[in-house]
Amino acid sequence: MTTAPFDKAMPLGKSKLSHTAVYWIGFGVVMAVLIVAPLVLPIFWAKFLTEILIWGLLAMSSDLLIGYTGMISFGHSAFFGLGMYGAAGALLQTSPPNLWAAIFAGLFGAACVALFVAYFSTRLRDIYFAITTLIFSQIFYVIIFTWTAVTGGENGLIFTRPHFSIPFLVDMRFNVMTMHWFVLALVAGSYLLLRRITRSPFGMVLQSIRENEARTRAIGYPVERYKIVAVILSGLFAGLAGVLYAVQNEFAAPDFVFFVTSGDTVIFNVIGGIGTLVGPIVGAGFFQLLRELMSRIFGDQFPYLIPLGVIFIVMIIFLPQGLLGFARRWLNK
Amino acid sequence: MSAAADRIKPLVRVESLHTYYGKSHILDGVSLEVAPGEVVGLLGRNGVGKSTTLKSIMGLVQPSQGQILLEGTAITGLAPHRLARLGIGYVPEDRRIFRLLTVMENLRTGLDRAGVSDERKQKLLDKAFTYFPRLAERRGQAGGTLSGGEQQMLAIARAMMLEPKIILLDEPTEGLMPRMVSQIREIIDVLHQEGVAILLVEQNVPLTLQASQRIYIMEKGSVRHHCAASDIKVDDPVIKQYLGV
Amino acid sequence: MIQFFQTFPLDLLLIQTVNGIVSGLILALVASGLTLIFGIMDVVNFAHGELFMLGAYLGVVVMASTGNFWLALIIATLIVAILGAALQVVTLRPLIGRDPLNTILATFGISLILQNFALWEFGPVSRKLPEPITSHFTLFYLQYPWYRIVIAALSAAIIGGFWLFLKYSKFGVWIRATTQDRVMAQAMGIPVPWVYTGVFAIGAAMAAASGVLFGPLGSINHTMGLDWVLKAFIVVVVGGMGNLGGSIAAAIFVSLLESYAAIWVDPSRAVIVSFVVLILTLLFRPTGLFVPTPK
Repeated sequence: MTTAPFDKAMPLGKSKLSHTAVYWIGFGVVMAVLIVAPLVLPIFWAKFLTEILIWGLLAMSSDLLIGYTGMISFGHSAFFGLGMYGAAGALLQTSPPNLWAAIFAGLFGAACVALFVAYFSTRLRDIYFAITTLIFSQIFYVIIFTWTAVTGGENGLIFTRPHFSIPFLVDMRFNVMTMHWFVLALVAGSYLLLRRITRSPFGMVLQSIRENEARTRAIGYPVERYKIVAVILSGLFAGLAGVLYAVQNEFAAPDFVFFVTSGDTVIFNVIGGIGTLVGPIVGAGFFQLLRELMSRIFGDQFPYLIPLGVIFIVMIIFLPQGLLGFARRWLNK
Repeated sequence: MSAAADRIKPLVRVESLHTYYGKSHILDGVSLEVAPGEVVGLLGRNGVGKSTTLKSIMGLVQPSQGQILLEGTAITGLAPHRLARLGIGYVPEDRRIFRLLTVMENLRTGLDRAGVSDERKQKLLDKAFTYFPRLAERRGQAGGTLSGGEQQMLAIARAMMLEPKIILLDEPTEGLMPRMVSQIREIIDVLHQEGVAILLVEQNVPLTLQASQRIYIMEKGSVRHHCAASDIKVDDPVIKQYLGV
Repeated sequence: MIQFFQTFPLDLLLIQTVNGIVSGLILALVASGLTLIFGIMDVVNFAHGELFMLGAYLGVVVMASTGNFWLALIIATLIVAILGAALQVVTLRPLIGRDPLNTILATFGISLILQNFALWEFGPVSRKLPEPITSHFTLFYLQYPWYRIVIAALSAAIIGGFWLFLKYSKFGVWIRATTQDRVMAQAMGIPVPWVYTGVFAIGAAMAAASGVLFGPLGSINHTMGLDWVLKAFIVVVVGGMGNLGGSIAAAIFVSLLESYAAIWVDPSRAVIVSFVVLILTLLFRPTGLFVPTPK
């Protein structure tokens, strides 16, 4: 996708220091706002914000593939879903419901799915990859929807939220605020981790694959292996989002494994700006806010996806780099 | 330079064309003109921008500066299919006939235009088959099965089906046997007699000098020399300067 | 041994064969439109299923006001063809020359809009298209409806008609020339941007026609597009992307397998068959099952 280059010339000597400083100050400010938010917002909006963070995490995981490796995946609903159901399963099996078991189970489930999808899809290029991830995510949807004995079928699974407990140290229930902080911590941690990954040599190879796959292959990199790892990593973070969603909302439903979730994820990415990691989070927020606003102004039945769809298409044509696309270079330095 | 050419309004006129491929400044201010019915040769070494000039006239490459005029009207920036309909025929360097279409279908791509009666289409077809009897024999065959020389014939015949005012010929004799080369020479003469202008890009200097009325010589993206074909001989120092090894 | 053949549902098998071919031909028509658009324009039309769905809904609307199934078929197809052309001009033309992933996203956006429009306009309750021909004939011990045969025949006729069109008509030559060499097609005066619009319109028309033809066989709702486009994508991949003949063969093949599977398992699970076929294809013959030999 084309992006607008962000090319302000900066004096060479000072640039590195001032960029890092500005970046971390910015990060700090944003974190501070997000930490304080639930204290001042009414409960509805605090929970809303927490959910935006979770969707943002999902979208961010997808950005690793779309923005950095150049692979559009329509299969994230499967990773998200397996994370959700994995966590659900653990929470139903363990007594008292164990948070860490849930996270582990969810990540494991997501990783398995990711491995499966990666194996088949990464050997296909571009468009075919996108289509097969779509097909696979629907395969998992059908499995989850029809395997009622294990997954609760159409009705999904309901369970209780686990306590935040570290053996011998802490055991407390989550309330709206602590839940938010827990999610924030994990999402922020994921962001930093993903940032680390994209700036590492591994991440550089991914970006090289995005720029020119043939050339990367010609240089000697085992492109398929890198792609598989990228898909698994992406799946892991998506699965984590699924776990958090399950813990936050105390239910798992097949609707989330349906293609629509994958579609929404891609929308968040495009609107927010691919290749920026934070862009997708902003995209998720923008989308959810707009939806909430429209349902308040026009009523519940209003097909908010029609104007949102139009915005989406308009952005692809005229602003393909997304809302934060202008800052892409800067955010990745 | 003949005084007559100055007075006749040019059919095609290129004015100070600048074109870039990425950062490469391929055309650095190219200016030339072709009068109606005239055969004009464009000579120069490989890579000086001859093909790019033709492509620019055909609208396949967009110039960043400069103008192209057809019968006095600016055509810079028009889509290639419009230009084909306005009367510009293009025979590219690698022929590029439609390999999976039959000879007949290849010709049809030029014949099937609005406002051409079936009689006229038949006349054009007959003309093509008269000039290129080999094509008539192979009319039901797929273009990709033809030999190199036959494909070149087809490429030219196809352009003729457009009834163009000017044909842009890009290295038509490249890779052809001597017998085919003289056939090309004949075709150029025939087209000239019919009043079709030709802008001929060629490496074959003798052929170009024989067939053309005027020639331009290009180097590094611009026209360096321009004269009547009759004013210059193959062994002229100017030729050696710009085309010599 | 004899006992096996007595319990083996031979007649059921034969009926399912007919059913499989019927739905296979409809699926072939849908997949053909998709393959056409992809093969010629290099556009993966995510909205294809929604065009199918719109065709079905429009069929219902026209049918409700005129009572004539055939009129519904023609009008619905025409309207969607025009809609398709408009969509292509507005959203896809600006994207020509860009990374093909842009067009996937754009068509995905279109599918969202169309799907939600249908939900808003027609509501969540499924509709039904009445059968155009109600007579039956005897197929073994069952009364098999004639209209299913007619629908199958029509689908085949449309596909066949299109193939003839592609091979012999002027526009067909234009399409084939554009597919082989877009640049030279333009140099020959072929208005390539309009060829693309026309191709998209034809693909959309095929999708809409399938929708109307399918109408009497099942229920029409705003989400049916996704099921069909998914199957169509599977068929296109199994048949070999861009390979028209392959898509048709694959469509019938997959539909037959699903019909047979439906004898023993719940129909909602029979779709797993198509998934299995896809996985096997990707594993062993990724260029397509019905492609001669992979180059």
